[in-house]
Amino acid sequence: MSRRTPLGRVLGLGSAKEGVGHWWTQRTSAVALVPLGLWFAVSLVLLASGGGLGYASVTAWIATPTHAVLLLLLLATACYHSVLGVQVVVEDYVGLGWAKVASLLLSKFAHALLAAAGMYAVLHVAFAGAPA
Amino acid sequence: MKYGPWEPRIASDWQARPFDIHGLSGSRMANHSRPLSPHLQVYRPQLTTVLSITHRGTGLVLSAGLVAFVAWLLAAAAGPAALDSANAFFVSIPGRLLLAGLSFSFFYHLCNGIRHLVWDTGHWLEIPAVYASGWSVVAASIILTVAAWAVAWGLVGGAA
Repeated sequence: MSRRTPLGRVLGLGSAKEGVGHWWTQRTSAVALVPLGLWFAVSLVLLASGGGLGYASVTAWIATPTHAVLLLLLLATACYHSVLGVQVVVEDYVGLGWAKVASLLLSKFAHALLAAAGMYAVLHVAFAGAPA
Repeated sequence: MKYGPWEPRIASDWQARPFDIHGLSGSRMANHSRPLSPHLQVYRPQLTTVLSITHRGTGLVLSAGLVAFVAWLLAAAAGPAALDSANAFFVSIPGRLLLAGLSFSFFYHLCNGIRHLVWDTGHWLEIPAVYASGWSVVAASIILTVAAWAVAWGLVGGAA
């Protein structure tokens, strides 16, 4: 016996095909974060070893077009990966329905705020903040 | 070794007593003569479980670390005084502890994340491979953290 709805049968639709969406996007962002994260860690270590964590060298580093683009990608990917991970933790450990929904909403808003603020900072430095 | 890693610590507690199949001896809550479903705290920690929860813990630390990352970027955008204040925090004792925790969490989550991605392809799932890759993750994350700090402080490699 088919469990498909009449509407689904008429439209030729199967499942929503989004059951593994969270799993796949978590893995996709993880794969992207391997090179992005390593690039940022190596850059930070090299900046520090060169004694260049002051304003002039940090802003010059951020304002380099390649670095600015990679920082934007890193911010977007890291925030996306983080919001998916925090969602799993909240769903596992927060029992009460309203507390779970509130935690998930708070996490999503906080991550969106972090992503937007971080991207604004990178763009500001790239377009206006580099020392003349 | 007193217990195998798969044995509950309180195994002897219920094995030594007669099996009360109806659970009628004593009060319901205090009756331990029936086999209980072994829960988290009665298991000896194993490499697999410790690495698993550490992956989750370091992930949460890194999520919190995004705040420090974005604050650092905003400070750079705000000007020299703001970035100096941010740097003053990062070289203070709490700041150094934060960076130490973040750097280890980053390298651990990176290495163990790669281990997870390999598992997702169906490889390294046999018990010996799980333990070999697990110890490799522990070693690699410690070595990478120490190496990163050594280079950052100019102890190793050419300070440009």
